[in-house]
Amino acid sequence: MACPPTRNPFTDAETAAVGVSIEGLSKNFGRSEVLKNVTFSVAPGEIFVLMGPSGSGKSVLLKHIVGLEQPSAGRVTVAGRDASSEATRAQVRMALVFQSGALFNSLSVYDNLALYPREHQIADEAAIREKVMRALQILSLEGSAHKAPSELSGGMKKRVAIARGLVMEPQLMLYDEPTSELDPVMAATISEIIATLKDEYHVTSIVVSHDRELALGIADRVGILMGGELVSLGTPADLRTPADPRVAEFLYPKIDLKNPRFKKLET
Amino acid sequence: MNPLTAILEGIGSTLQLLVSAAGYTPTLWRQRARFIEQCYLIGYTTLPIVAILSFFIGGVLALQAGYSMSNFGAKQFIGSLVGLSMARELGPVMAAILLAGRVGSAIAAELASMKVYQEIDALETMNIPPAKVLVLPRLAAVLVMMPVLAIIADLVGWFGGAIVSKYTQSIAIEPEAYFSVLRRFMVFEDVLNGLIKAEVFGFAIVLVCCNIGLNTRGGPREIGAAVTKAVVASLILILVLDYFVTKALL
Repeated sequence: MACPPTRNPFTDAETAAVGVSIEGLSKNFGRSEVLKNVTFSVAPGEIFVLMGPSGSGKSVLLKHIVGLEQPSAGRVTVAGRDASSEATRAQVRMALVFQSGALFNSLSVYDNLALYPREHQIADEAAIREKVMRALQILSLEGSAHKAPSELSGGMKKRVAIARGLVMEPQLMLYDEPTSELDPVMAATISEIIATLKDEYHVTSIVVSHDRELALGIADRVGILMGGELVSLGTPADLRTPADPRVAEFLYPKIDLKNPRFKKLET
Repeated sequence: MNPLTAILEGIGSTLQLLVSAAGYTPTLWRQRARFIEQCYLIGYTTLPIVAILSFFIGGVLALQAGYSMSNFGAKQFIGSLVGLSMARELGPVMAAILLAGRVGSAIAAELASMKVYQEIDALETMNIPPAKVLVLPRLAAVLVMMPVLAIIADLVGWFGGAIVSKYTQSIAIEPEAYFSVLRRFMVFEDVLNGLIKAEVFGFAIVLVCCNIGLNTRGGPREIGAAVTKAVVASLILILVLDYFVTKALL
């Protein structure tokens, strides 16, 4: 079934939802092979969660989608256009929510959000103000507009980063570990926001996460990346009883206190 | 990577950054707030230290010249020696060295920290080129402020020489005589040469420090390494460019 168009959260204007396609993507940093022949696609309007252990290449893959990294081999396309081309970034509105938030420390929260529309002269200052305040309201950050990023907690920084992405009126939202370092309540709030952006506005979302609850709760499909290889691709239902033992061990780790490596703790 | 490859790669990426920043020149008027902020940081905050240093350099020049020129009865020419040295060489070179230490290091630290903490990546994903918003306003500001700093360095250095010449017993030359000789032996071209040097040094320092900051890789430790690299590269560049610009202007 075709996905409904992406709806602008501020103006209700509609644009075609975008999909992402990754074909045979490999990436080497020197002699280290970080991604090995990864192939999958994300349908327009879908929430795709990419999971995997630390260092498995998830964040590097995200950077390929927004064009911050160039593939060593293979191809990444966004809405059918080459992701590494600057023209794609100009034509497709993509927002990446970094793990650290990557807020501009020299700017206030308000100016962080207003930067994109100001630089691209999307609207006049009054309209920008309205848009920024609306995004802050959606993320329950109204009281933080004039704070510096250094005054915010980890959870607030993540929400500001999402709000900054929202102001870009994105067709594609990418999240790098959006719930890491957050308490369960805040993690649930972030998950709700991601799901709302899909349900209400049909924004395509790719989420990199270690959070099993988030993946099983909001994803349409989940990919598991291990050692740079995509070892599993399926729906959350498929992941409840994974066939691959490596995936099962990653998703449902068993803590055996009789394991010899815990002996040291006992002495 | 071997050192020669690293140097060539550094030169290449610096030139690439220059071309990229130059391409955004038409946006400078829209970025006037950033330009003014950079003028303040580069010019106003560097001014006191340039003035203090230049005063003492002028004074030391007068002292040394007075000591040696008195031996063959030429101490009345101290004004011309201090004037020419400050205008053609020491004014622009000292202003550039201070710019490298104070502003260049700050630029490298700020951009390296933005790179390490992914702020540069965030700008790129927002399709806001760092060369446009971070490099161009700094380059434009240094082009405006560097001649101002060099002229102030010259004036304060001359004044420092005059004070020392008057109040040092072994020299004892009145300011009127000092400035009269200075005026007699100096032409506008001497000052202009110094200003050209200052422009070249300032522009090169800011460009190199921006490039080093933007190409920082790794974690917080690399920020410190980037600052050291930027200051060392700037100091070497000042002296190398000084030779070639002096040769070209002679």
